[in-house]
Amino acid sequence: MFILIVGCGRVGSSVARAMLREGHEVSCLDEDPESHARLEVGLDKGWEDLGGQFTVGAGLETDALVAAGIEKADAFIASTDGDNTNIIIAQIAQRRYEVPTVIARILDPLRAEWYERQGMHTVCPTRVAIDMLESAVREGAPREASDGAPSEAS
Amino acid sequence: MYIIVVGAGKVGWNLARELLEKEHEVTVIESNRRRYLTVEQELEHNVSYGDASELWVLERAGIERADMVIAVTGDDEDNMLICQVAREKYEVERIIARVNNPRNKPHFDLLGIKPSVSATDLILRLLEHEVPEYGLVHLLDLQEEQLEIIEMLLGKDSGVTGRRVGDLEMPEGSLLISVLRNGKGFVPVADTVLEVGDEVLAVLDPGHEELLKTMFGPASGGNGTGNDG
Repeated sequence: MFILIVGCGRVGSSVARAMLREGHEVSCLDEDPESHARLEVGLDKGWEDLGGQFTVGAGLETDALVAAGIEKADAFIASTDGDNTNIIIAQIAQRRYEVPTVIARILDPLRAEWYERQGMHTVCPTRVAIDMLESAVREGAPREASDGAPSEAS
Repeated sequence: MYIIVVGAGKVGWNLARELLEKEHEVTVIESNRRRYLTVEQELEHNVSYGDASELWVLERAGIERADMVIAVTGDDEDNMLICQVAREKYEVERIIARVNNPRNKPHFDLLGIKPSVSATDLILRLLEHEVPEYGLVHLLDLQEEQLEIIEMLLGKDSGVTGRRVGDLEMPEGSLLISVLRNGKGFVPVADTVLEVGDEVLAVLDPGHEELLKTMFGPASGGNGTGNDG
């Protein structure tokens, strides 16, 4: 598969490395040229040497999307740090470039929920954190009814 | 009408002021605390602090009963998103979006967000309007119909003044639809003779603007630089 990832932060770069390792073609697009360095964290060779592609540009710039290969992408991941940017570029990928698999990372659970209902494939890290925190708290044991000294833990 | 304006920059603030003067009910939503406090001194309860791309902020501002949402922030993604949820989630009847970067205009169109207004385009049109003599003003785009309507003011050295409309070789796909003269408008016929000072409206296929501009502009291919030696 050819996978285009827009937004090469912690999430985007990790997914990019994992997909490349699995043998996919991976292209990353980010506004910040420095984010290229993040891609290479933990790699013993350069990103390009391993077959990866990296383009500097914004996700709303048609030229940059095309240069990064959106026209041949099988999958598109919108993982910039802006929810609205992700929501908009995911729709561009879907409607204009007809990318078969489009996934948007949306931090705000309300927006994620509504766009999910509109048929967008969304991933909401905040929702995941909320759920995990809730269940961690539920699973936690209440304080033992103490019959002596408080715990020794410091 | 109840109108929500998103973004209290120069555009949003002035817009709100005008709308309030016209006795509309207005809420301006501004996400920058400092800007909010400045604007709040004048607009008071008509301005609300928050990020309008958060749905609860829109709901708190009463989007469910809004007749119109106008998104004029400096961020095109925000304007697109706000207008999209306004129309599709909250079923607001009218939306207007500001386009900051004209290159993003196709994205607004793709998402069906219209009308979208680009200040750059407006200024360009204004420039055309303000440049004396052979200005050409873009009045209306009929996008679905693939037509546009423009207005041209005939200057002293226009190549068409003193000529019969019937004798003009109008480019294919263009038509003169009315002439404004001395404050009155009429539909020209073949025998209408064009005069200096006429304002002429033409409907045309997009892309013919340049042809018409040349035709109705200064005669003999002059460049209008005042070379009258």
